[in-house]
Amino acid sequence: MPVLRWIRRNLIVIAGLLTLAYMILPNVVVMVFSFNKPNGRFNYAWQRFSLDAWKDPCGVADMCGSLSLSLQIAVWATVGATVLGTMISFALVRYRFRARGAINSLIFLPMAMPEVVMAASLLTLFLNMGAQLGFWTILIAHIMFCLSFVVTAVKARVMSMDPRLEEAARDLYAGPVQTFLRVTLPIAAPGIAAGALLAFALSFDDFIITNFNAGSTVTFPMFVWGSAQRGTPVQINVIGTAMFIIAVMVVVVGQLIANRRKNSAR
Amino acid sequence: MTQQQTGGDVRLTGISKTYGSFAAVKPLDLTVPQGSFFALLGASGCGKTTTLRMIAGLEEATTGTVSLGGRDITGLPPYKRPVNTVFQSYALFPHLDITENVAFGLRRRGIKSVRKQVDEMLELVQLGDFAKRKPHQLSGGQQQRVAVARALINHPQVLLLDEPLGALDLKLRRQMQLELKRIQTEVGITFIHVTHDQEEAMTMADTVAVMNGGRVEQLGAPADLYENPRTTFVANFLGTSNLIEGEVVSAGTEIVVAAGGGKLRLPTDRCTAPTTNGGKLLLGVRPEKISLAHADDADAIADGRNRVTGRIVDSSFIGVSTQYVVESPAGKALHVYEQNVERRAGLVVGAEVVLHWNPAHTFGLDAAQDIDAGVETVEDAA
Repeated sequence: MPVLRWIRRNLIVIAGLLTLAYMILPNVVVMVFSFNKPNGRFNYAWQRFSLDAWKDPCGVADMCGSLSLSLQIAVWATVGATVLGTMISFALVRYRFRARGAINSLIFLPMAMPEVVMAASLLTLFLNMGAQLGFWTILIAHIMFCLSFVVTAVKARVMSMDPRLEEAARDLYAGPVQTFLRVTLPIAAPGIAAGALLAFALSFDDFIITNFNAGSTVTFPMFVWGSAQRGTPVQINVIGTAMFIIAVMVVVVGQLIANRRKNSAR
Repeated sequence: MTQQQTGGDVRLTGISKTYGSFAAVKPLDLTVPQGSFFALLGASGCGKTTTLRMIAGLEEATTGTVSLGGRDITGLPPYKRPVNTVFQSYALFPHLDITENVAFGLRRRGIKSVRKQVDEMLELVQLGDFAKRKPHQLSGGQQQRVAVARALINHPQVLLLDEPLGALDLKLRRQMQLELKRIQTEVGITFIHVTHDQEEAMTMADTVAVMNGGRVEQLGAPADLYENPRTTFVANFLGTSNLIEGEVVSAGTEIVVAAGGGKLRLPTDRCTAPTTNGGKLLLGVRPEKISLAHADDADAIADGRNRVTGRIVDSSFIGVSTQYVVESPAGKALHVYEQNVERRAGLVVGAEVVLHWNPAHTFGLDAAQDIDAGVETVEDAA
């Protein structure tokens, strides 16, 4: 049977495409419904095509405020977690010191612990310290749980780095600062970038920990959650679609640059 | 030797390195004359690489000083020392192309126009066409040459080479040995070369320091080390030696030793050990210095030659020579290399033979040492 043979030969491709469809389908639904004009407050059934929401993305009260807050927190959490996480990774891989083993395992605790538990215990901590819940408590919490992901990504990269490269740089008249900027950082960059992207994505859409420690502050995921009780504005889909497209574009541009570099080196 | 603008001898004084309670390098004094090709030879873990890294500044000396042309550089960090290193793994910067790799040292010292120098240097190592490639696009031999170019472009007073040919296959290694020797002659810079390959050290270097257990066992020109080893380690590590234990019978201008039921003689000036009548002594002779005669032809051997009788237990045909292993009362496995000038019909495994050699080719060693020190147990330790 030629059909069966064709299927057998392309089984891996078929499985791959099905998996891809499984992952992409929810995003497609979000995208399609961003062009919907729902009757009533809930955007759950397709009515008719409209560009209203795209023309007025901030048309819903408080939504763009919460979006901007979430972006700010995500940016600062990414910066904080990436800088700290990179330093921790280098310390763990390159140096031998007391409690290194303990730190090595403790750093992964935030990844392993159930988020609700961590959220509740953080709240207890903040309340006991008399901290004012809001932007700063959210930021501190985000940096904390992003750290372990950054460390995972950067550590893998640093471990595969040959320490002789830095010795070679020092041997070739590069002082400590030059060695770090010219050799260490460029070689570790892919790991650091991966960690930073992960941190940004995790911080931007975190709900549980944020909800516990936000006080009266409302981030974008909290806004979406809150509005889902009373009706879902189409603008949520617009923001979701825009974020998805931006993320895809970042990946594509990154790939293009990498490919061009590879080709020019040839 | 080429004219030198700057330079001077490398002088190590009482330098040592200990890690905790382990002494990687025991206090040693070493002088490397300016413009020489100097090899540190030894098995892995003998302290040769640590010594090199202390000269580079990548390892801090526990005691002692390093000086270069009379200037003490012990306290200087690597980036302030006028020496450059070719690493065993080459350590080329993977994110930079060949030009930028080679230009790295110049740029760090604030030199803006590097183009001409880089081109010249790539020409010297015959890699002019590869300037825009990345290191991973080059073969092992090419990467090795880039590593040499990247170090040499800085005109260091000393070039340090840490097993630079270790990762290459045999044929390429031979080729690169000649190449490095050519470059050294051309630029006239002092080369300090670390290797575990005794052939490599002897082919390339003017002076070889044989290291063992964190100490320099012996230092000298390759031929001198080979002909006059002063310890069993040097005798066994450099080529192959037949070591025969015997008892001193008399000592004058010539020492007579009883060994394996016969008498062997050697010139007194070729014996580094103290001799007392009745005391033990190790006699050494290189395999290629020995001639083989069938036991039936023993009468034809000239008088005055050292003789040992034995039986061939193994013979292997190498092409230019045949290598025999002979079992004898004087030693369990004596090696003999015979040039294949004529076919020697009688010399087969099991044949009774007489080994004979000129007494002048015998050297004497202190019998208090391990007779097997420095024997390579694993075939091709590379």
